[in-house]
Amino acid sequence: MKEKLRKGLTVVTTVAMCMGAMTGCSGNSQSAGASASSDVYKIGGIGPLTGESASYGNSVKQGAEIAIAEINAAGGVNGKQFELIFEDDQDDAEKSISAYNKIMDQNVTAILGGVTSGCSIAIGEESIKDGILQVTPSGSAQNCTKYENAFRICFTDPLQGKTMADYIKDQGFKNVAIIYNVGDEYSKGVTDAFIEEAAANGMNIVAQESFNKGDVDFKTQLTKIKGTEAECIFLPIYYAEVAAITEQAQTIGLNLPYFGSDGWDGVIDQLNGDTSNIEGAIFLTPFVATSEKENVKNFVEAYQKAYNQTPDQFAADGYDGIYAIKLAIEECGDDVTNENLIAAMTKISVNGITGDMTFTADGEPNKSAMVAVIENGQYVAK
Amino acid sequence: MGFIEQLINGLNLGSIYALMALGYTMVYGIAKMLNFAHGDIIMVGAYTLSLVMTNLGMPPVVAILASVIVCSVLGVTIEKIAYKPLRNASPLTVLITAIGVSYFLQSVALLIFGSNKRKVDSAITMSGIKIGGLELTGESIVTLGITILIMIGLTLFIKKTKIGKAMLAVSEDKGAAQLMGINVNQTISITFAIGSALAAVAGVLFVSSYGFVGPYTGSLPGIKAFVAAVLGGIGSIPGAMLGGILLGIIESLSKAYISTNLSDAIVFAVLIIVLLVKPSGLLGKIRMDKV
Repeated sequence: MKEKLRKGLTVVTTVAMCMGAMTGCSGNSQSAGASASSDVYKIGGIGPLTGESASYGNSVKQGAEIAIAEINAAGGVNGKQFELIFEDDQDDAEKSISAYNKIMDQNVTAILGGVTSGCSIAIGEESIKDGILQVTPSGSAQNCTKYENAFRICFTDPLQGKTMADYIKDQGFKNVAIIYNVGDEYSKGVTDAFIEEAAANGMNIVAQESFNKGDVDFKTQLTKIKGTEAECIFLPIYYAEVAAITEQAQTIGLNLPYFGSDGWDGVIDQLNGDTSNIEGAIFLTPFVATSEKENVKNFVEAYQKAYNQTPDQFAADGYDGIYAIKLAIEECGDDVTNENLIAAMTKISVNGITGDMTFTADGEPNKSAMVAVIENGQYVAK
Repeated sequence: MGFIEQLINGLNLGSIYALMALGYTMVYGIAKMLNFAHGDIIMVGAYTLSLVMTNLGMPPVVAILASVIVCSVLGVTIEKIAYKPLRNASPLTVLITAIGVSYFLQSVALLIFGSNKRKVDSAITMSGIKIGGLELTGESIVTLGITILIMIGLTLFIKKTKIGKAMLAVSEDKGAAQLMGINVNQTISITFAIGSALAAVAGVLFVSSYGFVGPYTGSLPGIKAFVAAVLGGIGSIPGAMLGGILLGIIESLSKAYISTNLSDAIVFAVLIIVLLVKPSGLLGKIRMDKV
């Protein structure tokens, strides 16, 4: 892929150099966000860098920075370097709008964000007014790509629910218990689609339990599940609660196989590497750091060198998000306007570390699902 | 069988609420202020336990002592820096300051430990008991036992000791207490030290039961404990105990038999009904305050 990119780059740079003077003049009102007069492409990142969801935002930011460093080392696009301006939204919809406004004051070319679904939706309502390209790395709720200027890198919630219902059926389970977070769009979205598909597959949902944000006691729900005929438990939730729930299940003597959605990523660190309670658990994920794929290995190596951490899927989503924006800019050639960028998104194909993907006009990625299984304290691609 | 198991779950949760509520109610009863940072002191206690036990490799007893000491010192320091200068300000000012302290503690924990929750090994090594098909975990038994002991100890302390009587006097009338030769500032400091020590114990039992601590671990349980204190009658020590246990049982049973979605709504609805019928809480005394 690199070879191809480099060739494309030379062509683009040459063209850009010839057209330099002309683009400078043609900077009309339409390309307000994508001003051609500056010598860098500014990408505006928005995500939680503090607060309860801080780890997601930080991962996206770090993954994006790796991609930007690579692009700049390879000479940038159109002779211009890339720059990431990342603002904190604390996973709060109102704060994400202030972050968006702050970023828009700096003439950015495209938006990478929000990181969480709620913020992505809030930003989407504003970004459509400005007509700027918005790529959300990890906003998985259906409404994150409501408008034509918004695209996403990750799977949607309903697709995750549907995929896992089919997967669990193929594993031969019939009676399933679910615990989900009723206060979370993501968890509810996955659960609704899962239940619908499970019913279509002739499976029984023997217990459908929920909890609220901030809850720490799950023994009540688990005790209820213990009294049913459940053969496995589906947990479409984030890793912090996964760790707490599986620990508490152990203490009340409930030992069933677990299945999960992509929010599980990070659960091994959360458990300090002691995965005895969730050995063999299977969850849907777009990215496994132990993968043997060449581009994944390079990314993981660069990430570990820069941050002394193993990247998670959010970092991978952030990385792919930047490459999607870069390819769209390349596709536009020397005429980088908001409309051209949005149109270019459906023409590019990203050879990403979360899978090879193209984008539909609805903003959805076409890419295949992957599951990871937890074995001996490691995520293993299956 | 399922019902009894759920009752035990509720009792376990309730006794932790009760322990937190004891701290709330004591500080309110004596210093006449709502210390909204109480929940976050619980978080500090839990982190201290985890650091001393996991990072320094000390036995649980040392870790528990360390977290009691750290929290007491922290409680007194907060009182000296943030609340004492406001002793004669309006209660609203002090309340807002307490909320500020709460956010301050959360942000500091976030800076030091990051947003990821930390797994903490249980400080309670006692193994569970099996009666028939019922399983009582060691944590449940110890939590309930300690909460009852502390409630009795606290009541005796306030009624029988000199410092305890001084506390009662300060809560009745600060000015008159001072005229009688009671050192009001010192008494309030001791109140905060004891309240924070209770928070440390609550923190230890909390992480031992639920296994994880994060910067925001104290906030929601802190609010529920406050509700428990109000339900039982804020300022009343047996009231805090009763309120906490009731709250835990109502929460568990409504999750088990009505709806997990509605459990919090039910808990707060019960609070509203109780306050409508008995505004001073279940065991609270009605008292006339000078305006």
